[in-house]
Amino acid sequence: MQRKSIEIWVGLFILIGIGSLVMLAMQVSSAGTGASHTYRVEARFDNIGGLNVKAPVMIGGVRVGRVGNIWIDKESYAAVVGLDIDRQYDTLPMDTGASILTAGLLGAQFVGLSPGADDFYLQEGDMLEFTQSAIQLESLISQFMFAQGSGKKDDNSAAEGQ
Amino acid sequence: MNLIASLGQWGMGFVSRSGAAVLFLFAAFRGAFHSLPRGCLIIQQLYAIGVLTMLIILVSGLFVGMVLGLQGYYQLVNFSAESSLGLVVALFLVRELGPVLAALLFAGRAGSALTAEIGLMKATDQLAAMEMMAVDPMIRVIGPRFIAGLIAMPLLAAMLSAVGVLGGYFVGHGQFGVDAGVYWSSMQNGVDLVDDVLNGVIKSMVFGLIVIWVALFEGYSAEPTSEGVSRATTRTVVTSSLAILGGDYVLTALMFGGF
Repeated sequence: MQRKSIEIWVGLFILIGIGSLVMLAMQVSSAGTGASHTYRVEARFDNIGGLNVKAPVMIGGVRVGRVGNIWIDKESYAAVVGLDIDRQYDTLPMDTGASILTAGLLGAQFVGLSPGADDFYLQEGDMLEFTQSAIQLESLISQFMFAQGSGKKDDNSAAEGQ
Repeated sequence: MNLIASLGQWGMGFVSRSGAAVLFLFAAFRGAFHSLPRGCLIIQQLYAIGVLTMLIILVSGLFVGMVLGLQGYYQLVNFSAESSLGLVVALFLVRELGPVLAALLFAGRAGSALTAEIGLMKATDQLAAMEMMAVDPMIRVIGPRFIAGLIAMPLLAAMLSAVGVLGGYFVGHGQFGVDAGVYWSSMQNGVDLVDDVLNGVIKSMVFGLIVIWVALFEGYSAEPTSEGVSRATTRTVVTSSLAILGGDYVLTALMFGGF
């Protein structure tokens, strides 16, 4: 009887332990979305800003894939981003555009796709033609400041003129 | 001159002790292999090492997760980034706190008990008596404990992480009203199965090996007196805790350093 209860406890222990491992694998890290159910398309950007590998790829706010890897094209020095798109979204038109967007003001960057109207669908290894680089906050601020500065000058000269 | 001589004595003692520890590790592996068919012994040790440690692991995991939830929320809400609370709690637990804390508790709860048990067996000549009866104590005593420690440690670390994530959820969702779906989905988007979960499991396996090795070696090589056993028990906790924390730095640098 003593030995039986020890065996039951050990069985329970192993069950709980393996249960926690499965929970960590499934619930915490979502192993369900395997990498084998994706296809790879590439997009060229002048500037990818702070885009990271594994950043989400979205259409209208819905996640359809992940950024697989990022490298530099050896001839044109453009940044090339490999997008791993889930197989269930295999009807994206050839003229789909890609742009690098930011979630919130300072949030993480992601790739937004805007589907076009072409009759042909994107296949494994295709290159996206229409891309828009990341908006850099620094250049935006400097543009705004210079515009603001010159705008003030105009106001002043106009006031002096009157 | 005396100083140099004592330094030399210390150095030679250290080297011979390290050598004995490594030889003991090989003997323990051999003993563990030979004790594999005797499942009954292993189950007994799993009860003593694993089941009795489970309660302290579950309770401390819950509280650690709740504290992570509290502290994480207080800091993240400053940047209105409380939506990534789940990610912060899960990464902390799965990568670091789960394996390290579980190993420290394991060393304190199970390692010290093992050392005291084996040291006392030695002090009361039980090990010598076994050898007299042609029973190899490496197979009968050390082997099952070694296997049980190697099995129990990853399971305990996984339990601590899982319960901690739940504790963070109770605090984040129940107390502060972080959306339940956001808590879990930020976790699932940010935690990688191989990079984070599997590396955490590997870490806990390495820590389990360290703790069980130190505990069994200290017990087996303890001076067969009551004072010697008490010193060996203290050394088990101190040595294995230091080895866990130092080893954690090395493992983290190797795993997450981008090599």
